[in-house]
Order: sequence, then structure tokens, then C-alpha cells
Amino acid sequence: MGLLQLVAKRLGFGLLALFVITVLISLGVEVLPGDLAQSILGQSAAPDTVAALRRELGLDRPLHVRYGEWLFNFLQGDMGTSLANKREISELIGQRLLDTLFLAVAAAVVAVPLALALGVLAALYRETLFDKTISMVTLGFISLPEFLIGYILVALFAVQVNWFPAISNITPDMPFLSQLYASALPVAALTFVVVAHMMRMTRAAIVNLMQSPFIEMAQLKGIAAARIIVHHALPNALSPIINVIVLNLAYLVVGVVVIEVVFVYPGLGQLMVDSVRVRDLPVVQACVLIFGATYILLNLTADILSIIGNPRLRHPK
Amino acid sequence: MTQIKQLETLLRQGKISRRDFLKRAGALGAAGAAPLSMLGASPAFAAKRGGRLRLGLAGGSTDDTLDPGTITDFFMQVLTHAIRSNVTEIAPDGSLVGDLAESWEGAPGAKEWNFVIRRGVEFHNGKTLTAADVVASLRHHIRPDSTSAMKGPLEQIESLRALSPRLMQVKLKTGNADFPYTLTDYHLGVWPEDESPLQGTGTGPFILGDFEPGVRASARRNPNYHKEGRPFFDELAITAIEDASARSNALRAGEVDAINRVEYKTANLMDRLPGINVLSITGTGHYTIPMFADVAPFNDVNVRRALRWAIDREALLQTIINGHGAVGNDLPIARHQPFYNTSLEQRTYDPDKAKFHLKQAGLSSLDVQVSTADAAFSGAVDAAVLYKEHAAKAGINIDVVRESSDGYWSNVWLKKPWVFCFWGGRPTQDQMWTVAYQKGADWNDNHWYNDRFQSLLLQARAEVDEELRREMYWEMQELHWDEGATIVPLFNNFVSGVSSKIATTGTISGTAEMDGYRATERWWFA
Amino acid sequence: MLFLKEFAKAGWPAKIGMAVILVYLFCAIFAPLIAPYAETEVIITSPWVSAEESGTLLGLDQLGRDLWTRVLYGARNTITIAIVITLLAFFIGMAAGFFAAVVGGLTDQLLSRIVDIIMAFPTLFFALIVLSILGTSVPVLIVVIAILDSTRVFRISRALAMDISVMDYVEVAKLRGEGLWWIMRREVLPNALTPLIAEFGLRFCFVFLFISALSFLGLGIQPPAADWGSMVRENAAAITYGIMTPLVPALAIAILTIAVNLVVDWFLRKTSGLRDEV
Repeated sequence: MGLLQLVAKRLGFGLLALFVITVLISLGVEVLPGDLAQSILGQSAAPDTVAALRRELGLDRPLHVRYGEWLFNFLQGDMGTSLANKREISELIGQRLLDTLFLAVAAAVVAVPLALALGVLAALYRETLFDKTISMVTLGFISLPEFLIGYILVALFAVQVNWFPAISNITPDMPFLSQLYASALPVAALTFVVVAHMMRMTRAAIVNLMQSPFIEMAQLKGIAAARIIVHHALPNALSPIINVIVLNLAYLVVGVVVIEVVFVYPGLGQLMVDSVRVRDLPVVQACVLIFGATYILLNLTADILSIIGNPRLRHPK
Repeated sequence: MTQIKQLETLLRQGKISRRDFLKRAGALGAAGAAPLSMLGASPAFAAKRGGRLRLGLAGGSTDDTLDPGTITDFFMQVLTHAIRSNVTEIAPDGSLVGDLAESWEGAPGAKEWNFVIRRGVEFHNGKTLTAADVVASLRHHIRPDSTSAMKGPLEQIESLRALSPRLMQVKLKTGNADFPYTLTDYHLGVWPEDESPLQGTGTGPFILGDFEPGVRASARRNPNYHKEGRPFFDELAITAIEDASARSNALRAGEVDAINRVEYKTANLMDRLPGINVLSITGTGHYTIPMFADVAPFNDVNVRRALRWAIDREALLQTIINGHGAVGNDLPIARHQPFYNTSLEQRTYDPDKAKFHLKQAGLSSLDVQVSTADAAFSGAVDAAVLYKEHAAKAGINIDVVRESSDGYWSNVWLKKPWVFCFWGGRPTQDQMWTVAYQKGADWNDNHWYNDRFQSLLLQARAEVDEELRREMYWEMQELHWDEGATIVPLFNNFVSGVSSKIATTGTISGTAEMDGYRATERWWFA
Repeated sequence: MLFLKEFAKAGWPAKIGMAVILVYLFCAIFAPLIAPYAETEVIITSPWVSAEESGTLLGLDQLGRDLWTRVLYGARNTITIAIVITLLAFFIGMAAGFFAAVVGGLTDQLLSRIVDIIMAFPTLFFALIVLSILGTSVPVLIVVIAILDSTRVFRISRALAMDISVMDYVEVAKLRGEGLWWIMRREVLPNALTPLIAEFGLRFCFVFLFISALSFLGLGIQPPAADWGSMVRENAAAITYGIMTPLVPALAIAILTIAVNLVVDWFLRKTSGLRDEV
């Protein structure tokens, strides 16, 4: 029962956090210089046209009225329409959310097993040249800006040799395999970005455990090192590993705007940056809610998995 | 001329770069419009039908809509010209020609204009175009609750009527000899009167397929287009690519056939690539540094003169736009535009003259603040820092204030007394002076209200005699050159990257990038 | 002195790391003396002129300024900013984290929820809004990144302090009537230091990346000041033309990252080794 209560409590806090976030976003966008009417009309906006557009968009009403109305509709499941282009937000966001998730899942499918394997290998051969090389190389990758990784991949694999497309201009009616092919380079770039972090944590968690008595016992019994790591150390080191994996999964959904821009990938990040730029509050709210909820739910999942995986946490004193 | 031909062949074969070509052609005395015509152009005009034109364009945003009144950037400007037609059009050579209008006539005094609409033009939905459609489309911008950017410029209209299915009459509040030019504006495409513009129906060269704001748009050839033989492409696909490197990568990888806004710093590198031509076209766009002429110390004409002599335009031309442009002469009018005053001395960098004018103002040194951000134009911060170094040699201490790019146009421009700014320019002198230099204009960013200048502006607008107009515009330019409050250091080129598979008619329009937004109907696959 | 003695016994990776860090610090401090040109001086008004053609060490950047000079000044600006941000982040994060753990109860709940909320914001987005409102001056940049960074430090510090604050010696100190600040500083901090230093190594590098990502969105350190993150961004376009200029500042970041972590690794191994003996 303890687990269910915990989940309920955390979900409650999560909802509260999301509510606070929407309030903060409203305030933040309000304080930003300029408003939607000005940004739609651009540099050449005449004052009376701006005023007319403000009236049409309902921006002439005070913030709390607009927020209240938005919240009321939202609680009934209506995300509203984009103020800037009058399209239903659910429709506007739907395809982009799917595309973002597609990219995140594809990158995770490549990156997570790779990171685990490298981490385990590095732990197995710790303090050898192999371990040190992997450590240096991954550190190097961590410290490269992701857009540079993107540009280098494009320069090599799209411009020099024409193996993959330079822009991932995927459309909903593309067959799955074509989508995958079109997304090859962004997936590779994201893999480079996240593998290092996960791999290092995997290695650290396992090495940490190697000093505990039960591993030493196993070693004394003469069990092979690889077997010890896979069967004894890895399961017990899962909690921190899961944590770092989840953190990186969240990043793959939430933090990829730069990669989207470099590869012209039509995901949510670009939509959010655009919407902030033009001050399209309802769209910003929707994006931030999706990102916030993703983060909260993934974190919750990580905690639940850790608790399930660790009996001591399941039955706290 | 044979030498030019040889050069042209070398250029086509990629044996010399465009830059070399320009240099050598210039040495042969073949400067001017000629070099532009050499880029993949076939003088015989053997345009071929077919193919799918893929454009990768900057200037698309997720908040784009098909409402022409709120179009602000390049993606939609190209798309609206692909699906809609205007009443009039600026031809590649700069002359005004009819698009939907077959002919037009202004009554004496230029207060009344009658446009004869072309016969038998069909919308994409099969409906035949009438003058009523044109009137309805124009009214969209001038209705009381209009949200269109054209509301101000069209305020000159007193009445608008369809006299018959083929005759539109426009009456103006005051005479305007350039009114037919106004109708070439990219906001003023025509759609059926019984439809919303959001449906995207028009009479343009292409019929809109799908449109995903900020992502892509596609269209197919309009078989009933009113211009004989055009367009040449069967299909059109536009992809929004905001990142400049991503754009050039897409072009190099052959995923698009043409891109806009090539970064100045990479333009020459791109030009050296095989299979890609760089079109660097002088337009009307220019960088400005306007000061409020009614705020101290800028209210002293000698201070303004000193600041104008204290900027090294040539250095900025090379550093900020890598030579892709021309130095400005403190006029918002490009050299190739009608009635440009060619008699004025070109201002150069002259710290001594600047010092002299400072002394005239009774000052030995000057401390001023200028606001800048890269929102004004790419490189505006660097330009300000360079200007600071130039001016220091004349005893002028410029404090460069870096503003936030976000909100620059709403919080800094028109608000702070001295700022960096960008103007796209206008096709006519009247439009340019009216929009930013007329007293009381919404976007007057310099507050320079010379009485003679202001009255000449109104006189010239209604003057139909070309020679008299020229005299008036020359005097206005001289006044502005001498006393005005806006520094115009540079005119920047439009730089596009185009696959060598694409051919053009030979003359590329300077009104806007991509052949005046109309590459979709003016270009073809060689 | 003790530190030097210990360090003499360190393996070669740590020594190389330390040497690299010292070279970087030397460059940062004496940049104006070493650099052949002024920070913003334009040598040839043409982008990316090669080293041979311009007669400089590494060639010129996108505005025709000497790349080597820019890298040196970049060391100065970037390392200073990174150190200030990281220290500030750790100060805020540790103080709040220890405080939450030692005081507990409602205070702890409140602080933890605030941190949850900040973390649920996408970081770039948070920075986008705040920097748009307050402008991208260096002090604002420092505070914004420090606050974002401090949330992770808070989490770790709080978790560590939670374990420590239930220890007998902390209870004793409380009973003795020691103040909160004293307990945090004298009892909690020394016992939580090791894992925090491990975190310090990575946090320090993330600052460069974050500044770089911000400059990608036009919100980084404003030109013409040189910083490595922005330099990578400004020159990135050249990479597809086979010009290696953007790799120079990127390598500067990568090498420093590796060096810092080599030293941190050594320190961790040493401290954890010491603890085993106790």
C-alpha cells in the first residue's frame, strides 16, 4: 500500500507544480517586452492596427481574466486555439508531439543499450587503457556543444558522402522506415550527447558496488568477473542507473530544441521557442505543460522502479 | 564583346569564380546589369517546363497564416506570390507592368485611378476574376477593424469601386503619382470575394497543396495561369529552414534547389563550390543609424554632420557584410532607384571634417550613447563597436549600449534617441520618405522635420511631370544629405544560393530576394 | 603544502590534468600580455583567412580577428564566468540543501517543492524567458545559470545532509546548542564534500555548454567579448566548408573538461581511500 500512497502523493504534488508553472508562465510571458499583436504585425506595426489586433485576440483584457478563462477551458479538456494562427492547439501540437516522441524513442533505443554495454565493459576492465580511453572520449563528447556535433555529422555524412539527408523534413504520411532513415543523423547526434552521461554513471555505480562485502564474497568464491558484474553488481546498481537514464530520457523529449533547429526536425521544441518569440501564450502553456508533465512522470517512474528494485526502500522503517 | 562571351563560358564551366568574372568583366567596361544575366541564364530564353522546385527558406514561423494582411517574413512572401497575383507588378528590370490589371490610367492630379482588369483570368476554383474580387481584397486591409500592415499605407484611398466586372476605380484623398506602385506590395494579393483568404485560393502560378506553418508548404502548377507558358515548374515545395548553416547544408546535399539569406561570411565560400551559384543582388534594403533630431545633442545639425563623417563605411562594408553590398550616402534610396541624386558627394571617413563640425557646434569632444542589438541586423553589435573605434579618432566618444534582441523593435527603436536599425526599402522615393521621414508618420525614427523637405514631399507625390518630380526629389535628397538625422552607412545585398540546375531569364529583380519573391514563376530547370 | 606532498604521489593522469589547468589559468590571467593582438582587433576584413595567409598562429575568425588572441581572451572570460557561476551555484545549492535537511519539516517541504518546480521547467526555456526580460548582460547570465545549476546541487546536498544530520554527532551538537550555520559548516559540509566535488567537475563543464546553447538561440554572451561557447557558435558555419576554426574553441573546452575531471578523479580516489582506512 505504501507504494500506491507514495504515487498518489507524488502525483498530487506534480499537479500542484504544474499549476504553479502555468501561473508563472503567464506572468513571465506578460512581463516579456512586446506582445503577440506587435510580433504578428512585426517591425512595421502601426499603433491603431496593433490595438485592433489586440481587441480581436482578446489581449486587451487583464491577465487574470485571460488566465482564468484558459484554466477553466483547460480543466474541461479544451487546450484552446493558438492566438497567432487560430489553429486548434491539440491539432497543432499532436503531430509535433508524436514526432518529438519518435525522435526520443529512436535515440533511446540506440543510446541506452550502448551506454549500458560500454559502462559495464568499462567497469569490467576498470583502470585499464580501455577504460581510460572510453572515459576520455566520452568526456570529450560531453564537452562538445550539441549543434557542433550536428554540423560535423551533416558535413561528413550528408555533404561529403551523400549517405543520409541533411535535413530531417519528415511528414506524417511518410512510411516508418523512411522516417527512420530521414532521422538517422539527429538520432546519431542525440546518441552522442546522452551516451556519455549514462555510460559514466553506469560505470561509477558498478565500481562503487564492487567494494561491497557481497561482491567480495563472490570474488572469493572464484566467480568470473563478467558474471559477477552482470548477475550481482548490475542488479544492485540499478537504482542510480535508472535515475540517470530517466533524466536523459526526459532530456531527449524536453531539451532537443537545438538539434531540432540544426536538422530542421519539426518537433515541439521549435514550436515552443517560436511561440515564446511571438508571445502566443496558450501554445506556450500547452508546450510547457507537456514538458513539465513528462519530467514529473519520468521522475516518478524512476523512483517507483528504484523502490521496486530495492526491497529496503519498499519497506521503510 | 567576344571577350565577355569567353568569360561567360569560363564562368559557366566553373573555371573562374563569379567574383573573378565580375572583376574581369568590370575591367572590360561591361559593368552594370550585364554580369547578373550570366548566371545560368540562357540569353535565347529557351525556358523548359517540368520538375519540382524545392526551396529552403528562412523567415517561416509557426505563427504564419494565409491572411495576407499579417505577412511579415520571407516564407509567406514567396508563398503568397506563388498562389496569388497582384494588380500590378514590378518587372525584373524595375519597370512597372500589369499583373491582373491589363492597363491603368490616372486622372490629372493623380487623384483618381482606373484599372482595367485582364479578361478571362480564372481563380484556382474555376471562378472568373472580376473587379469586385480586387475591390474586396483591398477592402480587407482598410476596413475599420483591419489588422493589416497595409492599413496605414492605404489610408490615402477615399473610395474604391468596381465600375464594371473589368473596371476598378480608386479615388485618393490626395494625388499620388506612384499609386500603381503601391499595389505591388506583397500584402496585396487578390482572392475570391466570397472566400476567406485563409483558404488560399488565388489566381497565382501555383495551386496550394498542404501548408504547415513554420514547417512546409507544397503547391502544384496552375494550368490556367494567365501568363502564357508560365510557370515552368510542375510542382513547388517550400521548406522552412531557420538555421543558416542547415540551409546551406541542405543546398549542398542537393535536398533543396535554392535557399535565401546566405550568411555574408560564408557567401564567398559557397560561391566557390561546384554546382552552386551565389546570387548577390543589390536591392533597396539598408542599414540605418537614426537619431532624434529634436533631442540634445542631436538637435544641433553640426553634431549630426560630425557623426556622419566619423563612420568608416568602407570598413563596415568589408567587415559586416563581407563586401556584399554598397556604401550608403546617408540617403535611404538605392543608387539604381528612380530619381536618385547622383550629384551629391559620397561621404567618406574623415575624422578631420568630423572634428571641424564639432568645433562648429562649439564642442571639443562629444559623449553620446547608441543602442544596438543583433535584432536590428546581423552584425549590428559589431558594427556599433567598430563605429565607436572610428569615431574615437574624431574626439567623439560613443558609448555602445547593448540592448536585448527580443523586444528590440517594441522597446528600443522609436523610443531611444539613437539606435541601429534596418529598413527593407521601398520601390519608390515617395513610399520610402513617407513611411519613415514624413512628419507624423508612425515609424518616423529620426524626428527631422525640415519644412522645405516636408512640403516638397507632398508636392512631388502629386506631380505627374517626370522632370519636375526629379528636381523635387533631388532637392529633398540634398537637404537630407546635408541636414538629416539618419546615417545610412550601408546597402546590403540579397544573397541567395541557387543550384546550377536552375536557369533564369537573365535579369534578376532587385525589389526583393529570390527575383522579387517570384522565382517560382520566373525560373526553370535548365 | 600537505596538498602538494599528496599530489606528488598522484598518478600521471592527475598530473597532466593539473598541468593543463595551470596552463589555462596562466593564459587566462596573462591573456593581454601573451596575445599578439587586441581582443577585438580586425586584422584582415575577410572571414576565416588561413594561418599561412594571415601570418598568424591559428588563422582568423569569422570577422577577420586573430583566432589565437580570441582563444586567449576567451580563456579569461569563459573560465572566470564558469568559476563564478559554479561557485555561486554550489553556494546556493549547498546552503539551501543543508538548511532544508537540517531544519526539516515544512521548510524542507517548501524548498524541495520550489526546486521541483524549477526542474520541471525546461532549462533552456527558463533561461529564454528570464534573459528576454532582464537582458543578456553577463551578471544576469551568471545568476540565471547559477540558479538553474543550483537545483541539482540542492538535490544532492540535501540527500547527503539527510544521511548526515541523523548521525549522533550532529544530534550532540544540536543539544550543545550550536547554531544552525555552525552545524552546517562544521559537521555537515566536511562529511558531504567528496561527492559534491565529483559533481563540481561536471557542473563546471556544463556551464560552457549551456552558454554555447544559449548563444545558439541568440542569448549568450554578447559580442564582441570573446567566450568559447559563443566562438564555437559564431564560427560553426565554417565547419561544413572544411574550415576547422570552430573546433579550436570546442577543443579548448573539451581539453579543460578532461583535465578538470582527471584531477577530480584523483581527488575522489584519494579521499575515498582515506575513508576506508578510518
